[in-house]
Amino acid sequence: MGKKTGKQTYLLTNPPVIISTGTVVGPFEGCGPLAEDFDEVLTDIRDGQSSFEKAERSILIKACRLALDHAGFSSTQVDLFLAGDLLNQIVSASFSALELGIPFLGLYGACSTAALGLGIGALLLDGGFAETVLTATSSHNLAAERQYRYPTEYGGQRRAYQQWTVTGAGAALLSTTGEGPRITAVTFGKVLDLGSTDPLNMGAAMAPAAADTIICFFQDTGWDPNSFDLILTGDLGQIGLELCRQELSEQGFNLGDNFMDCGLMIYDREKQDVHAGGSGCACSAVVTFGHIYRRFMKKELSRVLLVATGSLHSPTTYQQGENIPAIAHAIWIES
Amino acid sequence: MAKKKLTPAQRKYQAKVRQVEPRPHYLRHTFLAFISGGLVCVLGQVLIDLYSWILNLPPEEASNPAVATMIFLGALLTGLGVFDKLAKYAGAGLAVPVTGFANSVVASALEFREEGLIYGVSAKMFLLAGPVITFGVVTAFIIGLLYAIFQ
Repeated sequence: MGKKTGKQTYLLTNPPVIISTGTVVGPFEGCGPLAEDFDEVLTDIRDGQSSFEKAERSILIKACRLALDHAGFSSTQVDLFLAGDLLNQIVSASFSALELGIPFLGLYGACSTAALGLGIGALLLDGGFAETVLTATSSHNLAAERQYRYPTEYGGQRRAYQQWTVTGAGAALLSTTGEGPRITAVTFGKVLDLGSTDPLNMGAAMAPAAADTIICFFQDTGWDPNSFDLILTGDLGQIGLELCRQELSEQGFNLGDNFMDCGLMIYDREKQDVHAGGSGCACSAVVTFGHIYRRFMKKELSRVLLVATGSLHSPTTYQQGENIPAIAHAIWIES
Repeated sequence: MAKKKLTPAQRKYQAKVRQVEPRPHYLRHTFLAFISGGLVCVLGQVLIDLYSWILNLPPEEASNPAVATMIFLGALLTGLGVFDKLAKYAGAGLAVPVTGFANSVVASALEFREEGLIYGVSAKMFLLAGPVITFGVVTAFIIGLLYAIFQ
């Protein structure tokens, strides 16, 4: 079956190029160690808007425009816009699509959206269905808090294993031709439920999905984990990364120092008091499209496996006693 | 909200999660809640004495304006964006007294102002405080009933 290899992996014959990216982060993320790798750091977490939802939409549009500008493209030259976010009915993505005027496919993969967008975009380009695809995702700490947890001014205490939703947006422009890192393979994950019920410990809920997709990728492609500069999970955080490492080593995959998590890179966990690390759609998006992309352009990296993870619950499902299912998609990026 | 029965694989994984999950610092939380809760009570007592002295009221009646003042302070600190920062350290010390109730109402009301005065602020104001009110009223009703029967 042509481009599909093994159980879940697609090898791309003409690997699509990430020709440009755009990233915007909130003021808090701008105090983190990766601040210099983002195109814009907001000074106002509302970005001059009257609500957090409008602010999220505004930064998503900004990130898209930055990606287009960096490549010298106008929105009319883009065939498809693939985007998603965490807010109910993915309103940030669809309202941004209204503003950009590009034919739109809305995605929902919770925090795995960055990888989902890259994966579907790459398949569409390699399949000859499009020439240029813009993919983007966003999250906003306060918009997510009020939807998933408590009102933002509510005085509750956070758990040590809780993660901090990243305020930001990341966009990437994919093309069949051009300069930049290429997407050589994509592994779409299965939804897994390992019995997690605590919506505050999403790292633990997502770790088995990440491990499953990573194992699947290596079995399908026959590659060795050590031949990657970086195997980067999306937002497992400290607890999730530890659990994922355990799961992998039980299956005979012992990952070394090249195994990292975007959620552990974006904040200074000593100083910023974010507990187990960052999370949210924007977490893997801004780290990959900002920091990792720049390291690719500086030739510091040549082969990276991005494994963005998503927790697929809603406040309604967990209140009704359902477990938290999770997913992970892997994207092989190579210069 | 019945919990689902876990399969052996799920149980095995959840046992691993419990090993990795950090435990809360119970001693530290309890100590901070004791100190901060105590300070809130001291402030409450100072207010009762003050109102009793200024308004020349018996202490039982002076507690009403004192409670109202504490609610006002909780609401004001929430509006100024300070309450959640204090509560991060104080925990139950600020949540259990009436200040916590004020915070939960004002935080909800503030949060939903963008959705309008009716469907936003008014409808969502008791989002967090609702269960407290419901259980408070139900408990009061039962106690009142028992009191009437066995008096």
